[in-house]
Amino acid sequence: MGALVNYFAAIGRSFVTLGDGLAVTFSYMFRKPITIQYPDRTKLPVTSMLPARSRGILEMDAGLCTGCTMCAKQCPIDCIHIEVKKDEETKQRMLTSVIIDAAKCMFCGLCVEACPSGAIRHSHEFEGAMYDVQRLMLSFVDQPRPVAKPPKKDAEVVTAPLGSFVRKMLYPADRQGPPRTGGGSP
Amino acid sequence: MEFIYNYLSGLELGPWATSILFAMAVLVVAAAVFLVALTIAGFLVVVERRVAGRVQSRIGPNRVGPFGVLQWLADGLKLFMKEDLVPAQADGPMFRLAPYLVMVGVFAAFASVPFGMLLIASDLNVGILYILAITSVATVGILMSGWASNNKWSLLGGIRSTAQIVSYEVPAALSILSVVMLAGSLQMSGTASSPGIISSQGGWPWDWYAFYNPFTLVAFAIYFTSAVAEGNRTPFDLPEAESELVAGFNTEYSGMRFAGFFLAEFANVYLMSAIATTLFFGGWQIPAVSLAAQAASFWLRLVGLAIFVAKAAVLCFVVVWIRWTFPRLRVDQLMSLCYRYLVPIAFACLAGNAVYLLVIPAGSTVDNVIHWITTGSFGLLVLVFLWRVRFHIKRSGDRLDFDLLARGEKGSFDPAIQARPYGKFRRRHGKESA
Repeated sequence: MGALVNYFAAIGRSFVTLGDGLAVTFSYMFRKPITIQYPDRTKLPVTSMLPARSRGILEMDAGLCTGCTMCAKQCPIDCIHIEVKKDEETKQRMLTSVIIDAAKCMFCGLCVEACPSGAIRHSHEFEGAMYDVQRLMLSFVDQPRPVAKPPKKDAEVVTAPLGSFVRKMLYPADRQGPPRTGGGSP
Repeated sequence: MEFIYNYLSGLELGPWATSILFAMAVLVVAAAVFLVALTIAGFLVVVERRVAGRVQSRIGPNRVGPFGVLQWLADGLKLFMKEDLVPAQADGPMFRLAPYLVMVGVFAAFASVPFGMLLIASDLNVGILYILAITSVATVGILMSGWASNNKWSLLGGIRSTAQIVSYEVPAALSILSVVMLAGSLQMSGTASSPGIISSQGGWPWDWYAFYNPFTLVAFAIYFTSAVAEGNRTPFDLPEAESELVAGFNTEYSGMRFAGFFLAEFANVYLMSAIATTLFFGGWQIPAVSLAAQAASFWLRLVGLAIFVAKAAVLCFVVVWIRWTFPRLRVDQLMSLCYRYLVPIAFACLAGNAVYLLVIPAGSTVDNVIHWITTGSFGLLVLVFLWRVRFHIKRSGDRLDFDLLARGEKGSFDPAIQARPYGKFRRRHGKESA
C-alpha cells in the first residue's frame, strides 16, 4: 500500500514542480530582456550610458596643461609624448606637441592621477577601431601654445565636455565614425 | 487526392493520359506539402530562438527580415555554402543516405496531416496508423547515420535514439488508441459522411477529445510527453546530449546534410503538434459551425485552417518552452519514466476509456457533465498556472513587459542628448563635492 501511495505521490510531486518550473520560464516572456542592442538601437549613445568613472580613451585639454610632463613620466608603457620648448623671444614655455598613442594605452589611469591640473583625463569613448593604426596617434596640440599656469588649490575650472577633444581626433567629419545615432532600423 | 483522381477520371482522357496527369498532380501536391512543411520547420527555428532568448532574458535574432522571421533562410544559406564533408573512414553510401531517410520519415507523415477541412494531401482511412508507421523510418535513418559515421559518439547517439523511440512508441500508441476508440476511425480528418477523428469532435473545448473525460486528458499528457521524447527534444534529447556526445548521431555531418537532420527535427515538432491538435483538440472544427456549413463555404474553411494552425502553434510553443525549462534526463530515468509510469498509466487510461464508453451512453446528461467538469478543471489548472506566473514576476520585483517581440527602443533616441555635456569636469584637487 505504501509503495502505491509513493507511486502516485511521486507523480503528483513531479507535476507540481514541473508546472512551477514552467511558470518561472513563462514569466520571462513578460519581462523585459536585459540585452542592449548595441550599437544602433540603444536609447542613448552607449558612451553616455557608461558609469561616470569608466576609463575610455585618454584625452587632453591642452588649454589646462602646465607642461610638467608628469603624465608622460608616470606612463608605464610610454604612450604619452609631450614636448615643451622655451620661446627664445618671450622666454615663455610653449607646449609644442602632445601625442597620445591610444593604440598602446592600457587604460591604467596613472597619468590621470599624476596630472596636477586635470588636463589629461579618460573620456568615455571606446570605439577606437580604425583601418589605419596611425589614426590612433592622437595629437592634441596643433600649434605651439603657452603652457597654462599651475592651478591654485580649490579652484574650479570648467572645461569642455568629456570626450569632445578625443572625438574630434577619432572621428573627423570627413571620415566615417562609428554610428552616432541610436534608433531606427539598420 | 481522391478528388483529383475523380476529376481526372471524369474528363475521360483514356487510362494513360489520366494516369500521367494524376502522377503529375501527385508530384505537385507532394512538392507543395514538402515546401509548406519546410517553411514551417524553418519558421519554428526562428520561434525557438526567440523564445529561448526571452527565457534567458535576451532578445534573440531580430535583424533578418521583420522581427527576424527570415533568419532561417540566412542560416540555411550559410549551411548551403558549407563544405559537404564525408569522413574518410565512414561508410560513404549509408552516410549520405541517412539524412534523406530521416527527412522522408518526417515529411512523408505530412501527407496525412490535415491543415484544414479538405486541405489534406491524402485523408487515408488508416491515417494515424500510417503516420505512426512512417515516422519509424526516421529511426532507421538515425541509427544508420550513427553507424555509418564510424564514430563512437555518433554510434552511441544513434543507439540511444533508437532505444528511446522504440520505447516511447508504446505509450504514444496506447494513448492514441484511446482516441481511436472514441472516434471509431483511424482517419485523420474525415467529413460528415465518412467520420474521421476531427469530424467526430466538436468546435467547443468541451467537445474536444482532450476534455472528453479525465482518461483522455491523461492520455493527451502521455501522448505529448512521448511525442517530445520521440522527437529527441529536450528533456529527452539524450541522442544528442552535447555534454556527453558532442552532437550525437549528427556529430560528423556538415552543410546541407546537417540541415536535413535539423529541419527534420523541427518539422517533427510541428508534426507532433498537428497530430495532437487533430487527436485531442478538435482540429479545424469551428465553434458553433456545423460540418456541412464548413464544407460548403470556402471562407469558413479558411477560418478552420487558421484555427487548426493556431492550435498547432500553441502546442509548438509549449514544446519549445519545455525545451528551455527542463534539464535533460538520465538514461535510466528516461526508461523508468517510460516503463514504470507512462506505459501502465496509458494502459489504465485505455481501460478506463473503454469502461466509460460502455457505461455512460454518449450524449447523455452524465456524459456532458463529465465533459464540462474536465474542461473546467483544466481551465482551473491554467488559472492556477497564470497565478504562479504572476507570483514569480512579483517576487523577483520585476514589472510586466508586453513588448513580446522586443523590437528594441526604436526612435527613442534624441540627438540633443548626444550634444549634452557629460557634466562638469572637476579638477582632482578641487572641492570634494558640489
